[in-house]
Amino acid sequence: MKPVVATSEPAPKTPPVADRIGERLYRFDGGLRLRHNKKIACRDPVARPALPAELVVPMRQHSGPPARPCVAEGQFVLKGERIGEGPERGAHIHAPTSGRVTSVQDRPMAHATGQPGTCVVIRPDGEDRWGERTPFPAWETSDPAALRAHIRHHGIVGLGGAVFPTDLKAGAATVTPIHTLVLNGVECEPWIACDEMLMREQPRHLVEGALILAHAAGVERVVIAIEDQMGAVERALAEAAAELGGGRCRVVKVPTVYPEGGERQLVQTLTGLEVPAGGYPHDLGLLVQNVATAAAVRQAVIAGEPLVERIVTVTGHGVRHPRNLLALLGTPAAHLVEAAGGYTDDAARLVVGGPMMGYPLGSDAEPVVKATNCLLVLTTGDMRPPQGELPCIRCGDCASACPARLQPQELQFMARAAQWDAVAALGVDACIECACCDLVCPSQIPLADWFRYAKGEVRRVSSERVAAERARERFEAREARLERARQEKAERLARRKDKLRDEAGRKRQIEAALARAKGTKDPSAEDEA
Amino acid sequence: MRTFHAAAAPHLPSKRTVRGVMSQVLLALVPGIAVHAWLFGPGIFVQIVIASGFALAFEAALLRLRGRPLAPFLTDGSAVVAASLFALCIPPLAPWWIAAVAMFFAIVIAKHCFGGLGHNVFNPAMVGYVVVLISFPLQLTRWPLPRELSSGTPGLDATLQAILGGRVIAPDGIDALTGATPLDAIRTGLAEGRPLDTVLQSPVFGAVGGTGWEWLAAAFGIGGLYLLWRGIIRWQVPVATLGSVLVMALVAWVLNPETYPSAVLHCLSGGLVLGAFFIATDPVSGCASGRGRLVFGAGVGVLTLVIRYWGGYPDGVAFAVLLMNMAAPLVDRVTRPRVYGT
Ligand code: SF4
Ligand code: SF4
Repeated sequence: MKPVVATSEPAPKTPPVADRIGERLYRFDGGLRLRHNKKIACRDPVARPALPAELVVPMRQHSGPPARPCVAEGQFVLKGERIGEGPERGAHIHAPTSGRVTSVQDRPMAHATGQPGTCVVIRPDGEDRWGERTPFPAWETSDPAALRAHIRHHGIVGLGGAVFPTDLKAGAATVTPIHTLVLNGVECEPWIACDEMLMREQPRHLVEGALILAHAAGVERVVIAIEDQMGAVERALAEAAAELGGGRCRVVKVPTVYPEGGERQLVQTLTGLEVPAGGYPHDLGLLVQNVATAAAVRQAVIAGEPLVERIVTVTGHGVRHPRNLLALLGTPAAHLVEAAGGYTDDAARLVVGGPMMGYPLGSDAEPVVKATNCLLVLTTGDMRPPQGELPCIRCGDCASACPARLQPQELQFMARAAQWDAVAALGVDACIECACCDLVCPSQIPLADWFRYAKGEVRRVSSERVAAERARERFEAREARLERARQEKAERLARRKDKLRDEAGRKRQIEAALARAKGTKDPSAEDEA
Repeated sequence: MRTFHAAAAPHLPSKRTVRGVMSQVLLALVPGIAVHAWLFGPGIFVQIVIASGFALAFEAALLRLRGRPLAPFLTDGSAVVAASLFALCIPPLAPWWIAAVAMFFAIVIAKHCFGGLGHNVFNPAMVGYVVVLISFPLQLTRWPLPRELSSGTPGLDATLQAILGGRVIAPDGIDALTGATPLDAIRTGLAEGRPLDTVLQSPVFGAVGGTGWEWLAAAFGIGGLYLLWRGIIRWQVPVATLGSVLVMALVAWVLNPETYPSAVLHCLSGGLVLGAFFIATDPVSGCASGRGRLVFGAGVGVLTLVIRYWGGYPDGVAFAVLLMNMAAPLVDRVTRPRVYGT
């Protein structure tokens, strides 16, 4: 209840940021207008490809430590059954279809590091039979914590690329007061269209999922951000939002500029505020989630289905029929490319994600994971011609393009010189690796690559420094301990010597006394007296 | 299963190349060069060819000496741009060895002694120009009169003889060679104690600037606007350079119109427009951040006027640019923008 008596606090002059989101848009620095290339994959509705012969399900599909496989070779699993036990800061993994586990082994997997990891390999039985599905009844009136536990139970992670466990992100709301859930439907990288298709085809699921997520995070307001070029999407979403969300849910169109879909840039566009360095949108009272995550939450809560599939855009000049596919997690990339008509003759590179930030796959045997939004097959003509790199001419184009307001030309100079302290001081940690700088550089310097490397080096150096500091402290503590021990020993020795001396002196005194008592004159005792 | 060659993101061709940028700059110089040739005859073409030849020769020699690959650096276009800018600064009938000396200092000293492309602290074209301006003042101040004030421009034959042979044959005698530039006229006029308005009665002054010279300035301005439109240069340097000259010259003119020429005359005469759009915008020796460029441009403008008013030379753009080149690293450091989120 509000206090009746007026408090000394003045009424806030401007309404809080929360009420104004979307009324006016702000600009973020830099950025690029890129050729969109999205339509090509949006001609057909999202389709489900045939079951592949084998599903390779990695145990690491989320940020944090990998899940522990909880099935044995030869075991039969039903669709949706848990096959990987998620650690506390990770997520569970579920069987994408029914079938037999043929092996649990290390396989190369689609991950930026390219490292192999433990995978559960399942041979589908072809029936795609669900195990028990567990919807969450009456979520509107439920305890948010219970709702989050349910979300965790169903293995939901952020599907925008960061794959952070959704329950943890929503749960952080209880620590900082969060006022708005921002659903990020801004798919700013060229070619990728999975979120656009999702918004087009399932606007109601998406809005419903958003409301559930908002409840789980204890948030009232929902803002769905989409690009201003997504015409059809806006109408569908706005209708669903009005119908399901009442006044709580609004759709905001933001300019189609790369990297508008970056969390930090989107927050800046919507609020004019910057996410503090090293912090999260949470620090500004915002919970940012990808639209596909909201749809997955809806599936988990209403249908009781864990996260076992996602929409993947299979596109590029290197595939014959670009399209969006609803792929089971663990489906090998080759199978999806096949479902999109196969490779063209000049296919030259397979990329997971978009052309700006996506990472290349060494082979198409690698499986789709929760983070896989796009398989992009490029031809030689799409790519950078192998052209000599020239020295930086300090044109500053990179700095003008940088959304983090960095000075890439100075950063690359310092990184080349391995001056990691200077690199850190110039703010390399704020680099979002968007590659805008890279794309505009007339000298063809692989700036983004340099900065990925530099960030790693800065982290390494600082952790080494911490380790060295600890080692030094340990060493000093040990030295101090030894020194103390030495001193104690010396003191003990000294005490013993004193004692001995004392004893010797006493003995002499006794002897002297005895001698006096005997009456014999002892010349030395005489002198002493 | 199919394997692929992996390379790091981004997987897109970059938007431009150094060669592309330099070609655009050369293209933007075309109107200026054309007007120059129309005003003063074909000398400018000969000078550009000679200067470019020496520039490329020195470039090749130094690359070889430093063990660098020849092809990428000879074709990047930077030497030709420097040579062309230099050629536009000198009198069109200056003897050939002027360009040779200047390009030696531009390419060998200013560029390669500092580490080659991208590493030079000073604008090579301006280093070359200033060296010859100081060393050979006689050859560097002998500007012919523009077409409107003389009986015609020299033909190619006469031009070649003048440049290569040092024999000056002007269509109507010596007059064609000793005409004063507008800035010279002001300087000598004022030095002789004549009031400015009588000095400005001279036929060397046209509607807004120097007769003929105003066309040249306009042509460079058009080229500059083209570069702005194509995003090759950014607005800060030209706006700050011309803006600071306008403001400062206006204040001086309001205070004392007897001695200080009008702001427009200042902007449109000498090398200011060329400097503002083509020389002070040189990326390597300038500033990289937006605010840094504003400071850099303003510095060039102010120093140019200071030299014109009180210095020993009628024009000061080259000196101003070199002085600001020295300050650029410092300016860049203090104008570095705040990083996102900090
Ligand atoms: S874009 Fe490239 S050449 Fe230009 S300043 Fe940046 S790093 Fe240097
Ligand atoms: S990759 Fe980093 S430095 Fe380059 S534009 Fe993006 S944020 Fe700026």
